Amino acid sequence: MLAKTTCTRHLNTMNAHVFTFNEHTMHAEPTGALWLPEPHVLVVSDLHFGKSDRIARRTGTLIPPYENLETLNRLDADITRLDPKTVICLGDSFDDLDGVEAFDDTNRATLTRLQAGRKWVWIEGNHDPGPVNLGGTHVAEYSIGSVAFRHIASAAVPEVSGHYHPKHGIAGKGRQKPCFIYDKSRLILPAYGAYTGGLSATHPDLRGLFDARAIAVLTGPRAIALPLTAPKLSSAKLGR
Amino acid sequence: MNDQGPDNASPAQMILPQMFTDWFASRGWTIHPHQREMLDRKDAPALLLIAPTGGGKTLAGFLPTLVELADGEHTGLHTLYVSPLKALAADIKRNLRMPVDEMNLPIRIEDRTGDTSYTQKRRQRADPPHILLTTPESLALLTSYEDAPRIFKGVQRIIVDEIHALADSKRGDQLMLALSRLQTIAPDLRRVGLSATVENPQAIARELACHPDPCPILQADPGPAPDIQMLVTDEHPPWTGGGAKYAIPAVLEQVKRHKTTLIFHNTRAQAEIFFHNLWLANDDALPIGIHHGSLDRSQREKVEAAMVAGELKAIVCTGSLDLGIDWGDVDLVIQVGAPKNVKRLVQRIGRANHRYNAPSKALLVPANRFEVVECVAALEAVRAYDLDGEPKGPGPRDVLCQHILITACAGPFDVDALYQEVITVGAFAQLSRANFDACFDFCATGGYALRAYDKWKRLLQRPDGQWQLRDPRAAQRIRMNIGTIQDTETLKVKLKGNFKALGEVEEAFAATLTPGDTFLIGGQIVRYDSLKELTVQVTRDASKTPKIATFMGTKFATSTQLQARILRMFQQESWPQLPDHTADWLQLQRDISKLPEADRVLVESMYFDKRHYTCVYSFAGRNAQQTLGLLLTQRMEELGLHPMGFVATDYATLFWGLDPVTDPTTLFDVTAINDGFETWLAGNAVMKKTFRGAATIAMLIERNLPQARKSGRQATFSSDILYDTLSKYDPDHLMLQITREEALRGLVDFGRISEMMTRTAGRIDHVTLDRVSPLAAPMLLERGKVTVAGKAAERLLEDAAALLMENAGLSQLPQ
Repeated sequence: MLAKTTCTRHLNTMNAHVFTFNEHTMHAEPTGALWLPEPHVLVVSDLHFGKSDRIARRTGTLIPPYENLETLNRLDADITRLDPKTVICLGDSFDDLDGVEAFDDTNRATLTRLQAGRKWVWIEGNHDPGPVNLGGTHVAEYSIGSVAFRHIASAAVPEVSGHYHPKHGIAGKGRQKPCFIYDKSRLILPAYGAYTGGLSATHPDLRGLFDARAIAVLTGPRAIALPLTAPKLSSAKLGR
Repeated sequence: MNDQGPDNASPAQMILPQMFTDWFASRGWTIHPHQREMLDRKDAPALLLIAPTGGGKTLAGFLPTLVELADGEHTGLHTLYVSPLKALAADIKRNLRMPVDEMNLPIRIEDRTGDTSYTQKRRQRADPPHILLTTPESLALLTSYEDAPRIFKGVQRIIVDEIHALADSKRGDQLMLALSRLQTIAPDLRRVGLSATVENPQAIARELACHPDPCPILQADPGPAPDIQMLVTDEHPPWTGGGAKYAIPAVLEQVKRHKTTLIFHNTRAQAEIFFHNLWLANDDALPIGIHHGSLDRSQREKVEAAMVAGELKAIVCTGSLDLGIDWGDVDLVIQVGAPKNVKRLVQRIGRANHRYNAPSKALLVPANRFEVVECVAALEAVRAYDLDGEPKGPGPRDVLCQHILITACAGPFDVDALYQEVITVGAFAQLSRANFDACFDFCATGGYALRAYDKWKRLLQRPDGQWQLRDPRAAQRIRMNIGTIQDTETLKVKLKGNFKALGEVEEAFAATLTPGDTFLIGGQIVRYDSLKELTVQVTRDASKTPKIATFMGTKFATSTQLQARILRMFQQESWPQLPDHTADWLQLQRDISKLPEADRVLVESMYFDKRHYTCVYSFAGRNAQQTLGLLLTQRMEELGLHPMGFVATDYATLFWGLDPVTDPTTLFDVTAINDGFETWLAGNAVMKKTFRGAATIAMLIERNLPQARKSGRQATFSSDILYDTLSKYDPDHLMLQITREEALRGLVDFGRISEMMTRTAGRIDHVTLDRVSPLAAPMLLERGKVTVAGKAAERLLEDAAALLMENAGLSQLPQ
């Protein structure tokens, strides 16, 4: 077990962004998951299972129904790699509560396998405000030490939340990518689900939640940290 | 119902009613032979008229309608007129009013386009006019209403104007599918197509007719041969580039000497640069305007109005002026840059001199030395009347999917009957039932390998065997998304503090801008300041030269036929038809290296300035040469030749790297290229772009959402995600099949690479030189070089992020 932990830590520092948030060491993983190595907790937000089902039901448009499979595969990879004691799903795990029915037998079997031997916490979100019949505990909020874990950011800090699907990038250096944003009191996670769009990190709704020294961490092949607000003078030096 | 007397029954000549004869006489006109013939053959189920611009084509199309409606007996819709442009519909409405008002005919004419008001549209459905002028999209929308049978029951004729422009596009396919629907509602409907000069009228006739019915073709007198020449200038054209700046004094001179000149360019960027340079040299301040598709609508309308009022001496323009709106007295057309395509050139020349029987006058201005060869080849092709055209592929299945959904909006339908109806459309005549069923299944269930939508099928079968929408409310969403026109992702450009936009630039271009960069738009130099909510904010800039060229725009590839002509020209002993400067250049190439031949690939290996260059002349057109560049650099990488970059033109691709290519045959290994292509294609941005287009047309992605849901920003996600997911979990899905087919024909143009490989069959001429060959030299100066990057992009992002962290003083934070 000890050897495995060392190995994990080595892998993480390669690609994750490691930082301290209210005395907890945290890893912003390039996959969009948050890893707390000390308590062995994995946090993912906005999985939006059942999105294609909901769109079909509501609009008639039949988009490729593979998001449950893809999101579970991502989760499987992170859980296998990190072997968490606790998994926290930070709300909007389901696109709506009817979507739970669209979770087919294969999906259920995969989820059950992933849940085996660890604590699994569903935090309620605005899309999925009630309990689901899929194992695990269902709560409105969760806390580790002084830090609260909830779906939508509130005034009660320090907290870790999701909901906004933040994305960010540097103009002229490719598309915007899903990102983490944090300052000293708040951390917002990117959406982890396969079919999720994003809200630009510089949008006033998001920007207004953070202080001037907030940092955005882009997901992708590697986690890349950059200031949420780019200092003006540097833009000329960036080149093309 | 619309008897014009006993003559109507016989195919013999139909007598023109006296009031029409009088009207022609009162205007001092005589009826053109083709107008007469259109009347004589008005009962043909389908009829195609090929006539030059200004040949009274529109009146020829409408004359039978006016005659049939003259007695006021017909109630309801009689004739539908469909044109590719909204503006054309408005223009025709004005022109038709003249005979109708002057003869006091009891005919109601209205137009219906995207710009028509909601109330007007409702009223038109309740009480349709005799003649309705519309566009393919508005017509498709009309057929989606439940009362479509009532609206179209009595319709007698449909006139498709500028059918040559529609026939090449998905809009044409959509129109013909809508026509198949109308034909079922109104079995007596007669179809009339009006077309400019085209290379293959039979192909258009086949598309117009209700398959397998015949469609006779009427050829109007094409008028006198055009007077077309290459512009002679004192200064020689440069070796490379597309600006044709050298020709500006000569062009201004021509503008002065003519009443109104249209100056055509192949790309918007070239039009902008030329316009800018023209104004710098325009010492007499001649009134010259600019018109292209990226300019804001109000800007374009201003130029159009000035043109109609005769206030402009010249307009610098692009294909946005290709279609037949009558601008008045154009007496000269100048084509800047090689025409790339002879058919388009002929149609552009036709824009001059709208008076019937007067020759059109046109001048070609080659932008560089190679284009001199291309222009001369094009001139020869025009004189030989050797028009080009790529054969059209089978009817696009994404358009068919949309048609199936439109049909479902109108009410329950029988799927077998729908199939029978669809195969009456020329382009879909060969569609197999299996392929049709795959499209139908896509519409009904999504067509996924994972059958997830049993519960939420889009289409349901009723007890009577007919199919209908599961949720009738879905009809509204489908109607909102009808159409096949691709929105390019563009951003508006606005001057700071101004409300009105100057125009638009492509998103990809905007992403490369850094504050302070200057570029051209609408003939002005502006400085990029910032990007605010999808608007590019700029300020005017006083500098004389913009720092970067404008937006990218589409680049046309030279047509296969024109390329073949150029290759034939290369085989001449000498070139009396070329100016000396160009003939000497070709002779030098022949002396030092070789001139490329049609059935062989010429490969030149050269060493220059510490780099090994390899030039591959395969004459496959710009897009295919670009694809070949990407494939061969991949191949070079595999062979350890350390390629560093390449540049592609219409006729060749030039590579450079650290090692020489000694054996080009290994490079051209067909199997290796095909394998490389498969891997390369799957991850290619072109595929994602093509997927977005096809998925939008097939209504897998909604372009427009009902008002209430527009605010959900986090709810919308990129179509790239759907493409990646499908590729991973359902690689044989219909949408991916369609995407592949289209990418191969379009931007990737692998078809022409295959064609080139077959044509040359491994026959490679390899020439090794200790200097750069005359034909390859201009390519060294070409713009648009592609560097072989690989993983470099991600590293660039990391470096930029690190610099930002440091500047913000955040890099020292405890981690």
